[in-house]
Amino acid sequence: MFMEYSLGDLGSIFAMQAFAGLILFSVYLLMALGLAIIFGQMNVINMAHGEFMILGAYMTYLCSHLFQSYAPGLYDGYFFVAMTVAFIVSGGLGLIVEWLLIRHLYSRPLDTLLATWGLSLIMQQTFRSVFGAREVGVELPAWMMGSLPVTGSIEVQINGLFVMVLTLFITGIVALLMFRSRWGLQVRAVLSNRVMAGAAGVNTQRVDRLTFGLGCGIAGIAGSAFTMIGSTGPTAGQLYIVDTFLVVVFGGAQSLLGTVFSALSISQSQSIMEFFMSGSMAKVITLLFVIGLLMLRPQGLFVLKIRK
Amino acid sequence: MSSDNKKPGVPGAWDFQSPTRRQLLIGTAALAGAAMLPRSAWAQAFPTSVVNTTGLAVTDTEVTVGILHSVTGTMAISETGSVQAEKLAIEQINAAGGVLGRQIKFIQEDGASDWPTFAEKAKKLLVKDKCASVMGCWTSASRKAVLPVFEQYNGMLYYPTFYEGLEQSKNVIYTGQEATQQIIAGLDWVVREKGAKSFYLLGSDYIWPRTSNKIARKHIENFLKLKVVGEEYFPLGHTQFNSVINKLKLTKPDVIYAIIVGGSNVAFYKQLKAAGIDLTKQTLVTISVTEDEILGIGGENIVGAYACMKYFQSLDNPNNQAFVSEFKKMWGAETVIGDVTQAAYLGPWLWKLTVEKAGSFDVDKVAAASPGIEFKGAPEGYVRIHENHHLWSKTRVGLARLDGQYDVVYETADLMEPNPFPKGYQ
Amino acid sequence: MYELLTRNRNLELLGIILTGILIVVALPLALDIFRLNLVGKYLTYAFVAVGLVLCWGHTGILSLGQGVFFGLGGYCMAMYLKLEASTPEATKIQSTPGIPDFMDWNQLTELPHFWVPFQSLPLTLIAVFAVPALIAFILGYALFKRRVGGVYFAIITQALAAVLTILIIGRQDFTGGINGITDLRTLLGWDIRTDSAKYILYFVCCFALLGSMLLARQMIASKLGRILIAVRDKEERVRFSGYDPALFKVFVFCFAAAVAALGGAMFTLQVGFMSPSFVGIVTSIEMVIFCAVGGRHSVVGAVAGTLLVNWGKTVFSESFPELWLFAMGGLFIAVVLAFPRGLAGLFTDQLLPLIGRKLAGVPAGATPVLAE
Repeated sequence: MFMEYSLGDLGSIFAMQAFAGLILFSVYLLMALGLAIIFGQMNVINMAHGEFMILGAYMTYLCSHLFQSYAPGLYDGYFFVAMTVAFIVSGGLGLIVEWLLIRHLYSRPLDTLLATWGLSLIMQQTFRSVFGAREVGVELPAWMMGSLPVTGSIEVQINGLFVMVLTLFITGIVALLMFRSRWGLQVRAVLSNRVMAGAAGVNTQRVDRLTFGLGCGIAGIAGSAFTMIGSTGPTAGQLYIVDTFLVVVFGGAQSLLGTVFSALSISQSQSIMEFFMSGSMAKVITLLFVIGLLMLRPQGLFVLKIRK
Repeated sequence: MSSDNKKPGVPGAWDFQSPTRRQLLIGTAALAGAAMLPRSAWAQAFPTSVVNTTGLAVTDTEVTVGILHSVTGTMAISETGSVQAEKLAIEQINAAGGVLGRQIKFIQEDGASDWPTFAEKAKKLLVKDKCASVMGCWTSASRKAVLPVFEQYNGMLYYPTFYEGLEQSKNVIYTGQEATQQIIAGLDWVVREKGAKSFYLLGSDYIWPRTSNKIARKHIENFLKLKVVGEEYFPLGHTQFNSVINKLKLTKPDVIYAIIVGGSNVAFYKQLKAAGIDLTKQTLVTISVTEDEILGIGGENIVGAYACMKYFQSLDNPNNQAFVSEFKKMWGAETVIGDVTQAAYLGPWLWKLTVEKAGSFDVDKVAAASPGIEFKGAPEGYVRIHENHHLWSKTRVGLARLDGQYDVVYETADLMEPNPFPKGYQ
Repeated sequence: MYELLTRNRNLELLGIILTGILIVVALPLALDIFRLNLVGKYLTYAFVAVGLVLCWGHTGILSLGQGVFFGLGGYCMAMYLKLEASTPEATKIQSTPGIPDFMDWNQLTELPHFWVPFQSLPLTLIAVFAVPALIAFILGYALFKRRVGGVYFAIITQALAAVLTILIIGRQDFTGGINGITDLRTLLGWDIRTDSAKYILYFVCCFALLGSMLLARQMIASKLGRILIAVRDKEERVRFSGYDPALFKVFVFCFAAAVAALGGAMFTLQVGFMSPSFVGIVTSIEMVIFCAVGGRHSVVGAVAGTLLVNWGKTVFSESFPELWLFAMGGLFIAVVLAFPRGLAGLFTDQLLPLIGRKLAGVPAGATPVLAE
């Protein structure tokens, strides 16, 4: 399969595939971050995660329309407003959902799965009733289009670059929150010993609610970013859910670093393989590889040592 | 993104449907009254006991048909237009006096984008509701699921989507194109017009894109003696096309031949544009993107691409202008009409014409009377049913505009013969 | 306490008998063949629910990949029926007569090797059970031996469902792709599409289901059942008592897989085709939900839940197609929040004591769950 390409071409292939893999990595990481917080820190299986992302995507769509109609001059900057709105709306809904639903189920993680699946059905139908069954697209501001030539045959896409920068930024913020803030300290305390944390004066209920809200809010930002590369439809969320869970589990559910590494390895292997075989087979092999590794090392790549 | 095609309908050539249109202009309220008189007389000329010998749901005043599409699930996006077109056609037929003097009543069922549900609902429409005919299905998978049901219970299905061919049934009228009708003339045109030498074939991973690309490859390699430099498939719902875009950049084909469907389309064209592949410079031919899909993709992402279809909303003929304006009046000025929507609109009309030729609602008689049925009022222009239950129709090439519409740049002089089992292409 | 348990077990037996009367006598008398065939289709999902009662309700293993086993069973059956339908005479317009039509469309010129065993009915029947059970064994053995359970197991099985779906769709030359394997006609020359065949298949399905229910109930009532519950509630203690919980889990998981596969095979026979949508994640989760609605601890409850949810789905989607997702979503949330033990739990916890108090002395259980 290498025969058809010259050596220089092969170099470019690997460089560009690696970059394509990096974009995929950003996408996976962005999807998985919110889930890693919710699943890893709270042990809640949020099957509606994809729908929270789509909610963010629809918010972006609404914002782009509002800007187009009322402030076309500011269109170049609408994306930042849209992401903020997406974060607030998805996060806000997350807080409400936690209060209405999730907090009753902390002792039954498997049941959160069923309840949030029901929630995802309701959200899908709501999207369909409000925005229609058709897929909607968002027009990108001009500066996000096109690509930067690096060498003659290697080009870097601007929107891909933007997603990468955004992902790094958000990961950085989450890491700061988790490891440098008082809230992060409380979250980790609750995770390692809920009763003890409560006894030490941590308001565990409040910590839980904020954690869930934050996870959902990040999902909203991810959805917002996805409008740049994909489409938005009522059922698009379901496409992402398996990939996202695998990334989180493969990385080791409680480790943020693990999530980053697992997103990186899954995306790179898939991206490189995609060049030499069909997309379907690349995906099957990647998934089987992950399942196989999880059979050998069920705790995931990175393990946080805590006493249960 | 909405259409700018709002020319008023030109009266005249739509002679076949002129009563319909006049009455629709008067207004729906007046319709029932206006059509009442001739209808009862007409119905008496065709007593129910004669026109319905197999126990279908036909009374002296009414005939029941089914509409079977996905209203929920992933396919709802695509199938909405078909449902709208079928309802419009039924309303127009009713306004024009119905079928053999009987008003059409429809029962709509939701296939829920789930093939077994399609089979279950098809069976309900035939067995419980005794529908005289069913307009429905969209994907090949749903058609394959319902086909045995229609054959077993002897129903009549009008199937609107362009599809892969390799099928022919007494119980189905295919109002869309089979693959060769969409592909061959388009390839010939692009080779002639663009001097294309090399092709890269892309598709979503299921039977229609694979079969279509197979036919395209055979035509390119065996008949045109040109080169296919790559062929690639993606799972449905795939959203990461960077790898294949890299390959396109390396192999630099003259023509990208893309048969990607559904949500993947949006991602594909967006990423293509973001990667700096400008479709006004790079020739891309698709047979899967209608005006409907462009709504999601965004005109700015696909401007410059060519599509091979039999119908575009911008077609300039009186039938189509009237159709477009009635459609928008019924479903809103923002709606767009794609190839399949138009083909779905043909279903009820072709059925009406066939029933009236056969002088009977009986499925066997309708099936037998179908070959040779002509419909002059079709928005795409004159169509005729072939012996093999497909339609003779033209192939047209459209150039995507920024506003989401196509400019028709080429149409075949003659109707293309439907050939679901093409020799030399298998 | 022990007395209560025995009483519950007898209650379950009574429930199975009443289920039998309902599906074997009442429904065929009350419904026409079209509706009855629908019930038959729902009953095939009930096989999965029965398996889930054992492995989820009683052993605490939640599998989100039961669709995989249901699908594999169905596909095995469909492959056999497809080969029988693809006689050289019936497929003479193909370039290669005698192979299934979709293979011909995909330019295969001979039958793939793994299809060959499915020319024989006995081998097919073995494969219906063996293939899913083998996969369940490999997965279960690897994971349970390493003490993976709970949420992780659920997610891995879900990934398995994703893999199999992509594989089936991606290799359409071998599997029929997204269209599935369609247009199945006869079983050993007997036309399975006629009304009389549908009646017979319905009764076969009923008795297979009742058999599976009895077997499951027997397992629950036996010593094995008590070990399973112990594994669910305190796995460590079981291990310290000298048992290997992993082996019990593997066994139950394989059993659930085999029962699901039987359901899949019955589905193919009654519906006349098989498609990858039954292997997928959504179907798999739906099956868990049928079981949850009915009551994850009760075999009868799970079957009743399956029937009720599917019946509701059909009715709702006929009358209010736009609303049924709301109704389903709401139902799942309600089940989890308000009555986690499902309909069966509602019955035994709420209704029975009430009846018991009203008619002191009269044995309870006169109007079981199914009457709802």
